[in-house]
Amino acid sequence: MAEITLVEAVRQAMDEELGRDKKVFVIGEDVGVRGGVFRATVGLFEKYGDERVIDSPLAELTIVGVGIGAALYGKRPICEIQFADFIYPAFNQIISEAAKMFYRSNGDWSVPMVIRAPYGGGIGGGLYHSQSVEAFFTHVPGLKVVIPSNPYDAKGLLKSAVRDPNPVLFFEPKKGYRLIKGEVPDDEDYTVPIGPAKITRAGQDMSVFAYGMMHHYALQAAETVAKEGIDVEIVDLRTLYPVDRETILKSVRKTSKALIVHEDNLTGGYGAEVAATIAEWGFMDLDAPIRRLAGPDVPAVPFSHPMQGWFMVDADKIANAIRDLASF
Amino acid sequence: MSLSNEKKKEMFWIMLLSRRLDERAWVLHRQGKIAFHISGIGQEAAQVGAASAITKGKDWLVPYYRDLAMMIAMGMTPAEFLMSLFGKAAEPTSGARQMPSHFSLKRANIVSHSAPVATQSPHAAGIALGIKMDKSDQVVLTTIGEGATSQGEWYEAVNFAAVHTLPVVFLVENNQYAISVPQKLQMAVSGAAEKACGLGLEGIKVDGTQVFKVHQTVLDAVVKARQGEGPTVIEAEMYRLTPHSSDDDDRSYRTREEVERHKKKDPIILAKNHLLSEGLLSEEEYQTLEEKAKSQVDDAVKAAQQAPFPKGETAASPVYAQEVNHG
Ligand SMILES: Cc1ncc(C[n+]2csc(CCOP(=O)(O)OP(=O)(O)O)c2C)c(N)n1
Ligand SMILES: [Mg+2]
Repeated sequence: MAEITLVEAVRQAMDEELGRDKKVFVIGEDVGVRGGVFRATVGLFEKYGDERVIDSPLAELTIVGVGIGAALYGKRPICEIQFADFIYPAFNQIISEAAKMFYRSNGDWSVPMVIRAPYGGGIGGGLYHSQSVEAFFTHVPGLKVVIPSNPYDAKGLLKSAVRDPNPVLFFEPKKGYRLIKGEVPDDEDYTVPIGPAKITRAGQDMSVFAYGMMHHYALQAAETVAKEGIDVEIVDLRTLYPVDRETILKSVRKTSKALIVHEDNLTGGYGAEVAATIAEWGFMDLDAPIRRLAGPDVPAVPFSHPMQGWFMVDADKIANAIRDLASF
Repeated sequence: MSLSNEKKKEMFWIMLLSRRLDERAWVLHRQGKIAFHISGIGQEAAQVGAASAITKGKDWLVPYYRDLAMMIAMGMTPAEFLMSLFGKAAEPTSGARQMPSHFSLKRANIVSHSAPVATQSPHAAGIALGIKMDKSDQVVLTTIGEGATSQGEWYEAVNFAAVHTLPVVFLVENNQYAISVPQKLQMAVSGAAEKACGLGLEGIKVDGTQVFKVHQTVLDAVVKARQGEGPTVIEAEMYRLTPHSSDDDDRSYRTREEVERHKKKDPIILAKNHLLSEGLLSEEEYQTLEEKAKSQVDDAVKAAQQAPFPKGETAASPVYAQEVNHG
């Protein structure tokens, strides 16, 4: 086992998939010679050449639309959107085309592709380099939405995404790219299945549901409140769509309290779906109201430090929300 | 209509001041005092040449993030820019909500732009549509990088403006790169100007390192637009002399020799030599300008450092228009 960063896990997954399957290729802005603005594709251009690691024109619609075409032909594109914030020019292609192709052709045409994008704030990126965009896509059947929180999952899930016969949106917590380190097996072609959530910390007093960077902070918060005698169970949702209802409900059955955390803003956010799941099927297990801790309902994360701090959910805010719910 | 000597010297001064301000931003970044800078070094001639072809306070500007010198030419002060670098509450583009260099200046008819590239181009067409509806004689100048002309939004904006003969000038600042991606991977034509032809417009290329040439080219297009003869696409060619931003390392995709070669065509030096050779500027006057630029930038840094940060909770608003009373 080697300890690597989250971004290195992403890089390794692509490297190994490019090596495993000639149909796989990477396309995006600056993914070639530059190796990606976050260095997620470093070395791939040199290793696989400019026909399989393609510097696209500065046009996200092109990246995704061309990716869809190549997938229809039989290739396995990995499309990189440089920042999740810049995925909107491709929105039409993702929603109208990638998501609906299989259904509308009654199963004749499928779109096996991955759209990778770094997401999330707390990095001084202001309104357009900080967004969480998952909720736009978790509303859309035909897509799968995955957000890893650690290197092991990032590598295993990205490999599964490349091999999946459907369009998979793969959002990577960019603040954790170098901050979050973890062990992954050396030279072992493991995968992590798309679908199941994972209990990453067992506890009795409440369930905290999180993903991506917020999962990392939730674990920290759980350690803090453990010293105060609050025993928190953490569920890393990992695959947001389709939803793993079973794991969510099982955890609530055990703890009777639920806190859902995401950095995307509150209203209409992914937490609403988790809360609805619990309210609908786990109501009798609850002994407190379901709580959501999320970014505030302003258009995006502001740049200036104090305002960014006001926006971002962090380990302290999560610990406070846990204390609050525990005392109900 | 040729430029007066005074105007030429004024344009050079703006270029010089912007350059020294831009360089100071890099220094502040190296010192760890600011987190981010995106530079316009190498593009001052195109920016100041173009800005001085429109009428301040009357015409409209829809810029993009490299346009520091253009913003200074339009009346943004060095202290205002520096406050945005530090994220200070009083910076005028966004109250420190946006990253630095995401410009806006209401008092000068300069419209706020975002980071997703090319989103500003249709806005420029829309403003021009309003101007035409009102039979006003204002014009709109909008800028963009050559890479961003790959976006559908740019084509759609130029197309609409062409269809409706709108008073807008689309200035493409072609600095050869979009981060690491060279022009040849961006388009198969010789430049963005050539794309205009397919949309029924004249596309003009101009040497973007020559401030007075750019000025004349943009001025012709502005006059044409003002007379109701429609839009023009102008491509100013120059070179991005710095990395893409303070987060970039350009050594991974271009040689130092290439960069050094282009430094010989530094627009500040070219403009200075032009003024010297025409006898409009002496070495002593030039030194005085340098000192003036340094002291203005020094003072601006001090003022910006002393200015207060916004309080975190002020980020809660304004979200909806009725929250703001523009008075
Ligand atoms: C829609 C969108 N995609 C990606 C980016 C990331 N990005 C920022 S600047 C840039 C390159 C822009 O190149 P160009 O248009 O040539 O302008 P330049 O920076 O060279 O002045 C990229 C890819 C972005 N800002 N917006
Ligand atoms: Mg460029």
